[in-house]
Amino acid sequence: MDNKTIYEKLKQKFQDAIGALKEPPAGSHGDPFIEVSAEKIHSILKFLKEEPELLFDNLLCISGVDYPDRLEVVYHFHSYTHLHKVVLKALLTDKTKPEIDTVSDLWKGANWLEREIYDLFGITFKNHPDLRRILLPDDWEGYPLRKDYKHQDYWHGIKVGM
Amino acid sequence: MTIPLEKPDEAKLDEILGQNLLLTTVDKVANWARYSAIWPFTFGLACCAIEMMAVGSPRYDLDRFGAGVFRATPRQADLMIVAGTVTIKMAERVRRLYEQMGEPRYVISMGSCATHGGPYWQHGYHVLKGVDRVIPVDVYVPGCPPRPEALIQGILMLQEKIKKESITKALFKSHGQLHG
Ligand code: SF4
Repeated sequence: MDNKTIYEKLKQKFQDAIGALKEPPAGSHGDPFIEVSAEKIHSILKFLKEEPELLFDNLLCISGVDYPDRLEVVYHFHSYTHLHKVVLKALLTDKTKPEIDTVSDLWKGANWLEREIYDLFGITFKNHPDLRRILLPDDWEGYPLRKDYKHQDYWHGIKVGM
Repeated sequence: MTIPLEKPDEAKLDEILGQNLLLTTVDKVANWARYSAIWPFTFGLACCAIEMMAVGSPRYDLDRFGAGVFRATPRQADLMIVAGTVTIKMAERVRRLYEQMGEPRYVISMGSCATHGGPYWQHGYHVLKGVDRVIPVDVYVPGCPPRPEALIQGILMLQEKIKKESITKALFKSHGQLHG
């Protein structure tokens, strides 16, 4: 199934929760992506996984992006059965308290991916079974992949900067 | 066999000791023992560790210098080769492991990362900018990564350093007198 058909199927089911299907800029090698509502993310992804015609049983990657006015969570999926792929982007406009539902109950692999995004972007995944930092020490301050990040001066008496 | 203390019989002494007598100093013997068996701590933190492993392999053969016995515990090691990127999270562990090593203990900072943060010196918020911020370093080996020969030179330099030590002076310093 190509991206357009997948998009139409989603649009038909979730209507307003599905934004535009966007093409990557001409000349770039990116994938087309579908913008979706962050509030509905869990039901949308559950549909993606369980609908027999879609059957996205393989979560390739979850990533975070920091833009000046918003945060984004990007999902890459693949289906072993139908061998098609799709990219979804959920927009989080509240940068002070970004929240989105976890999908670790649908794909077990999402657990650590979401922890990594929490660790580096400070996005909270609601209902996550074990939302702790995964790479940085538990008592680290700030979220390093945010563009406005400034590291702390000392950690446990060890100088952090140059 | 007892040797009479008074009036030593020169001929007899020669017969007993003969060619087997060596004259040396305590320092020389102690240092010889130390620099001939520097047991490194198995300790790799990043890509530099690959070169350290090459040094231990037959091609470079660290055993020639008595330093090829990599120990998996700080209790049995004399030398910590900090081979790779020391993250700040790891820095605390590095210091603890160093403290668990028995004295005398030595540290080689291998590669740019361990020495001053390497490629992460500017934007690596998570990298310690030099392992000498948490433990004292004896020899710095430059390179990214240093070639195996460079690490071997570092170990040879450490041996030279150990040769200059004085166990008797150290005893004097710590006890105020030799038999204190
Ligand atoms: S100095 Fe270079 S080779 Fe060594 S750990 Fe750092 S990046 Fe890797």
